Amino acid sequence: MGFAFEEIEETIRMVQSEKLDIRTITMGISLRDCSGNNADTIAKKIYDKITRKAENLVKVAEELESEFGIPIVNKRISVTPIAIVADNIEKDEFIKIASSLDKAAKNVGVNFIGGYSALVHKGFTDGDLNLINSIPQVLSETERVCSSVNVATTKAGINMDAVALMGKIIKDTAYRTKENDGIGAAKLVVFCNAPEDNPFMAGAFHGVGEGECVINVGVSGPGVVLAALSKLPKTADFGQISETIKKTSFKITRAGELIGRLAAQRLNTSFGILDLSLAPTPEIGDSIANILESMGLSKCGSHGTTAALALLNDAVKKGGVMASSYVGGLSGAFIPVSEDAGMIEAVEAGALSIEKLEAMTCVCSVGLDMIAIPGDTPYETISAIIADEMAIGMINKKTTAVRIIPAPGKKEGDYVEFGGLLGHAPVMKVNSFSPKDFIERGGRIPAPLHSLNN
Amino acid sequence: MSEQKAIISVIGVDRVGIIYNVSKLLAENNINILDISQTILKDIFTMIMIVDIKNSSNDFNILKEELKNLGENLGVKIDIQKEDIFRAMHRL
Repeated sequence: MGFAFEEIEETIRMVQSEKLDIRTITMGISLRDCSGNNADTIAKKIYDKITRKAENLVKVAEELESEFGIPIVNKRISVTPIAIVADNIEKDEFIKIASSLDKAAKNVGVNFIGGYSALVHKGFTDGDLNLINSIPQVLSETERVCSSVNVATTKAGINMDAVALMGKIIKDTAYRTKENDGIGAAKLVVFCNAPEDNPFMAGAFHGVGEGECVINVGVSGPGVVLAALSKLPKTADFGQISETIKKTSFKITRAGELIGRLAAQRLNTSFGILDLSLAPTPEIGDSIANILESMGLSKCGSHGTTAALALLNDAVKKGGVMASSYVGGLSGAFIPVSEDAGMIEAVEAGALSIEKLEAMTCVCSVGLDMIAIPGDTPYETISAIIADEMAIGMINKKTTAVRIIPAPGKKEGDYVEFGGLLGHAPVMKVNSFSPKDFIERGGRIPAPLHSLNN
Repeated sequence: MSEQKAIISVIGVDRVGIIYNVSKLLAENNINILDISQTILKDIFTMIMIVDIKNSSNDFNILKEELKNLGENLGVKIDIQKEDIFRAMHRL
């Protein structure tokens, strides 16, 4: 069947003026066969395997960009959580492994490598603790390594010792990168129910249930969704809004699946999943906040925002699962502050607070993302923010995460500047009442009961 | 090998010789034009060509570059994309 002029024109328009892109092609590589007796051996095995597997990743992605005319913004790698690969080495030796990841990423030309991670939702091994304690040094001394720590799951509960520890680790990481507004903390995520196949940084890692090497793709099109909604009359009801988002999401997802399958084929690996997340960029017109506002909210963060986000998220998933049978990852709208021009504006206008963002995370994927807070925020407060977010994920059987940046030396109303896709952000107000005694208790919040739902 | 289709889009201010010059470049590269549709959309000249690049004498990327350069000379924007992306997005 031939194509109608309008169909061709629509695709071209989506790419050229509405910023449709493949946000990321992430190659997941298992490093389970790279363990060894000492850090040097492990580091060498890791470097060799990554550079071998991902040798052509960037080249193939660039070929596909050119052939199909759809930009592939990021080419990245995720690996088996390093705490699993290297469980028996000392804290000071972990930097060798991180440097080897960093070098491998540079060698193959990817901008981030994820998987400097530990899964400690129920408890720590000695190796887990060594790895976590090495995070501040690693994130300040490497350029492309991203780290994540899973501290809670619905089935295990919340490891509150880990939550307390992560508050300190985040502060220390930000402090060690104070020349760059604490950018180290932007490469660190704390998770509840972390997905094993998420292609998006900083939380990407290659789960233990995954195969040897897979290609996961994150599609994204906030601009396309916004453009489709802005064509609707002001009087369109929510059914029509949902329908429009579904149709748009379907098309975006189909484009992503094509690129992902071709990439996997050309790289001789298997195709993993498509992540249906709408990921904003700091560019004007590529904002989740603006989509929510287009439904009739004067500013993102006003009452009604959570409902609008719930509708958006659900409609994206409904359109997407129809388009591809291999949907996974996080699949939902990201609501980072610094990476979304509309969110930044909403914070500046006083419409959006951390508390509202927390409420919004109940209905969308991910969680409190790329939020800058005053540098002198006590670690217990950061831990308590994490604990709240983990509780939302645990109780609601969903993924939640915290990526928060206590910007060294900055106060509420100041700005942090990270550049590129990480954007810039106003430093937000945090509640000043101390949760110190709560955080210092330690232990584990038990897993919830799920038979008496409400 | 059967047809290998690509879609060429030309967008810009109208002038004499756009179709002539694009067709000439395609003929020089041994590319067969299967369909052309053209319209003036909001005062902007818009042309879409469906072509078969199976016997193209040039690599896809070189062809893309040549079309881009031609577009710059003509004051229009010329893109070429393989057809599969349109099929994926608009056909079940």
